[in-house]
Amino acid sequence: MNKALHQVGEYVQLMGKCIAIPDRWSMFFKQLIKEIYKLGVDSLWIVIIISVFIGTVIAIQISLNISSPLIPKFTIGYTTREIILLEFSSSIMCLILAGKVGSNIASEIGTMRVTEQIDAMEIMGVNSANFLILPKMVGMMTFIPVLVIFSMFTGILGGIAASYSAGTNMTPASFEYGLQFYFTEFYIWYSIIKSVVYAFIISSIAAYFGYNVRGGALEVGKASTNAVVMSSVMILLADVIMTNLMLT
Amino acid sequence: MVEVKHITKSFEGRTVLNDISAVFEAGKTNLIIGRSGSGKTVLIKNIIGLMRPDSGKILYDGRDLTAMNKQELKLLRCEMGMLFQGSALFDSMTVLENVMFPLDMFSNDTYKERLKRAQFCLDRVNLSEAGHLYPSEISGGMMKRAAIARAISLNPKYLFCDEPNSGLDPKTSLIIDDLIHDITAEYKMTTIINTHDMNSVMNIGENIIFIKEGVKEWQGNSQEVITSNNKALNDFIFASDLFRKVKEVEENEIKEQNKSIK
Repeated sequence: MNKALHQVGEYVQLMGKCIAIPDRWSMFFKQLIKEIYKLGVDSLWIVIIISVFIGTVIAIQISLNISSPLIPKFTIGYTTREIILLEFSSSIMCLILAGKVGSNIASEIGTMRVTEQIDAMEIMGVNSANFLILPKMVGMMTFIPVLVIFSMFTGILGGIAASYSAGTNMTPASFEYGLQFYFTEFYIWYSIIKSVVYAFIISSIAAYFGYNVRGGALEVGKASTNAVVMSSVMILLADVIMTNLMLT
Repeated sequence: MVEVKHITKSFEGRTVLNDISAVFEAGKTNLIIGRSGSGKTVLIKNIIGLMRPDSGKILYDGRDLTAMNKQELKLLRCEMGMLFQGSALFDSMTVLENVMFPLDMFSNDTYKERLKRAQFCLDRVNLSEAGHLYPSEISGGMMKRAAIARAISLNPKYLFCDEPNSGLDPKTSLIIDDLIHDITAEYKMTTIINTHDMNSVMNIGENIIFIKEGVKEWQGNSQEVITSNNKALNDFIFASDLFRKVKEVEENEIKEQNKSIK
């Protein structure tokens, strides 16, 4: 319990150090663009591939499980859309990104710590937390909503592709009708808002574990694992809280 | 000039530095020597402000680091350069970008002027051809030279070096030692080097502080090391056969000189 409280205290202190006006805006924007590219744009393909396949699988599984003549066929499209918009493209996709991006951030900052690169910055008078972490946080919070929108779009495309495939009891027309049936625009905003919070969770927790590494390569590996586990748990917790706050 | 006055530092009840006082002069290469675990690194970390001493003062030309607020410390750090044991070059930047980094962060010069200064620093350490390479693409000696170039890019008044020769072959170590010595004299910097490389002690030790178990045991220069009667210092310096033989030869020469005078 003491250790947990100590870690929370360290995390808050780090955020206090990190969330400050950058020493040089030109350097901040240079870093920001690098981070958006490295953490966001480089994740685009994995997001698209996963979303297309999961969208297809969701549509097929729903069509196979809804065989009652009392349930209309458009329910398949409707349910696929709701799953993708409400949960998959934001929460599940961010859990996947916590693994990819979170471990990247923790290991990068952790390696910089154990090789004294962070100490070198501090000696120069640079606020290392602000210089290293803030662009990652801002970059993630800016670009993850874009990834989520891509995920929604490609996930639904995957579902549409499934509706054209043989062996399922749905038609493209009924699927498309289901996609448009009782559409609530707010669900898109709900997903985007959630993803911004998840982006903050992933980047800040991973940065915290990386920044506080002490030791060598083994500890960097442990920090990377801890960062992924902790950010995944916090994403799930935040999901419950935000769903209760925004949908009920 | 950097002056430490009665520095004491403890970790969980264990005293690592005990009442250390020393003066590190400007324009000289000041060496802190001692066995592993003697407190050298803790002392240098206290001097540069990465750790706060439990008691005592650290004066940079009269300015007390221990009494400075964040802003004053930040300004002081712009006057410092540091060469780390592992070079600590930023992996994601080229050698030239590494040297330009302090200038980009703190200099108000134009890009052309900053680039010119960075290229001058690289040229000073004979690395002008390696500016486009990443740290992973250059040798350990080149990394040390690149780190020296980065450390002097803002023309610092104080240069700190932590084990500058670790992991280097003797010849490259000599090149690094000479480079640090020449730069110190050229820019009249106060250079403090943390080392246990005896070649460095003999080669560039203009002011040497020997620390044993957190206490300052001895202070002198490379000439005085040879003739010192301090047992702890002799045990440390002349631990190897080579240096014992050097000492014997030096002592015999002195005896013969004394005889001839008589």
